[in-house]
Amino acid sequence: MSVDTATVKKIASLARIAITEEDATRIAPELDNILHWIEQLGEVDTSGVEPMTAVIPNHLRLRDDVVNADPLTGGGIREALMANAPQAEHGFFTVPKVIE
Amino acid sequence: MTDLTDLGIAGIRDGFRSGAFSAREVAEAFNANVAKAKALNAFLVETPEHALAAADAADAARAAGEEAKPLAGVPIGMKDLFCTKGVATTAASEILGGFVPPYESTVSQNLWDAGAGMLGKLNMDQFAMGSSNETSAFGNVISPWRRSDGGNAPLAPGGSSGGSSSAVAARLCPGATGTDTGGSIRQPAAFTGISGIKPTYGRCSRWGTIAFASSLDQAGPMARDVRDCAIMLEAMAGFDAKDATSLDLDVPHWEAGLSGDLKGKRVGIPKEYRVEGMPAEIEALWSRGIGWLRDAGAEIVEVSLPHTKYALPAYYIIAPAEASSNLARYDGVRYGLRDLPEGAGLQDMYAATRADGFGPEVKRRIMIGTYVLSAGFYDAYYTQAQKVRALIARDFERAWEQCDLLLTPTAPSAAFALGEKSADPIAMYLNDVFTVPSSLAGLPAMSVPGGLDAAGLPLGLQVIGRALDEQGVLNAGLAIEERAGFTERPAAWW
Repeated sequence: MSVDTATVKKIASLARIAITEEDATRIAPELDNILHWIEQLGEVDTSGVEPMTAVIPNHLRLRDDVVNADPLTGGGIREALMANAPQAEHGFFTVPKVIE
Repeated sequence: MTDLTDLGIAGIRDGFRSGAFSAREVAEAFNANVAKAKALNAFLVETPEHALAAADAADAARAAGEEAKPLAGVPIGMKDLFCTKGVATTAASEILGGFVPPYESTVSQNLWDAGAGMLGKLNMDQFAMGSSNETSAFGNVISPWRRSDGGNAPLAPGGSSGGSSSAVAARLCPGATGTDTGGSIRQPAAFTGISGIKPTYGRCSRWGTIAFASSLDQAGPMARDVRDCAIMLEAMAGFDAKDATSLDLDVPHWEAGLSGDLKGKRVGIPKEYRVEGMPAEIEALWSRGIGWLRDAGAEIVEVSLPHTKYALPAYYIIAPAEASSNLARYDGVRYGLRDLPEGAGLQDMYAATRADGFGPEVKRRIMIGTYVLSAGFYDAYYTQAQKVRALIARDFERAWEQCDLLLTPTAPSAAFALGEKSADPIAMYLNDVFTVPSSLAGLPAMSVPGGLDAAGLPLGLQVIGRALDEQGVLNAGLAIEERAGFTERPAAWW
């Protein structure tokens, strides 16, 4: 299938990236080109092949079921978490009002 | 006295230990080189005070008679993909403008624990997406190399670790961290006449490294020679419980195990890597490399990796798919840029922030990823790509029945001029044709310089090994290095 301007706008909307009509028109043939190029994968016979899930056989581990199993990724670090917020009040991330 | 910045990691380490110079003298010499080299645009943030503090600590420890740490006295450059506590980290993107990590990545912490100091944060392709360092939001990195034809066309240092390659080649640092998702350590190393190794997936922790494509991303060192890469990789690697795919294995003593004697090793030459239109100089380099490895005692065998031509298209489904998922976190709420147009709601804020903050190549890949993962297309694109990936890994498995290592060129050409390929995304993607297959299979692979082309630019040879056989890869790299006699360096113009 070919990618048209409407498709680009739909993808951009799904990806939460604002896009102008002009940019959508410019990007459509670019994406179309790239997608046509990757479509050559369709010619590979993959019947009976399981999709890869891990490049190196590895067992997933469980960490201890406690809040501060690791002090860096555990709890009690609200200030550090909020330090880079574009806008924060009273220890919360703030966003534009979502309920009228 | 010799110029300390002419020394590599081993030379600095050993000279410092023997008392030939102080760590502070080394840090000052490299700080001065960094300060002089603005024209290369290799550094996004300079941290001379960090390098000096580590040096002073090393000098004090030596004075107190303590045993020297593995990298005591060695200052390095840190790719800006690694979060560094208290030092701005942006992945060369506007969307992380103003972000100062409150934590340290595991890889960088490992290096500081080993005694290394930081000269600064290195420029790169935005979110590590690019092969020429032209997608950085903070300007192109310029290669220190120039063509010998007298033309002064600024050349690409390769990407995405272009700040790292440029800085090491220009003697701004003896070694630098890189990350490699589809060739981002090896291709820039080849373009700038230095060495670089991507270890087996899982050797280096991904924790605190800004994510691009998590099933492919691996950190590794870039340095002047194979020994320096071995030393630095030993310090970077190691099990980390904070990374779910970290390998719970001891770090081998790669430096101690170095040997350029390849007797008993079989080196495979994959016939599918003889791509159409390969420049004669790359062919010639490859032949020389085969001769060098044979001279080192290896047996050369031809092997087949039949799915090679599908590696790039599979990569350009898998990597953008993972990126579209990983980069969903940049929403203007928790860190980085926020663009809130007058009267906008939450959804508009997300969309405006992401439109402003991401560069064109990043948006292109997020959109490709979003498309291939969207309802109705997922199986045709993503599942098929992961099946092809399994076949590519199987090709390597079968090759290992006939050989222990593979030898290929690193890149299909020498460095190109900035701007030469940036108009055509696919032409740019093709630069990674020789590096992507081993990334998809998670295998260790390294690039070492093999010589210069007719225009006086470096060319690299790539060695690929079995999973966990970094030693074999480093040893073959050393065998090439010992025979290539590559001592050329760019003449300073910056």
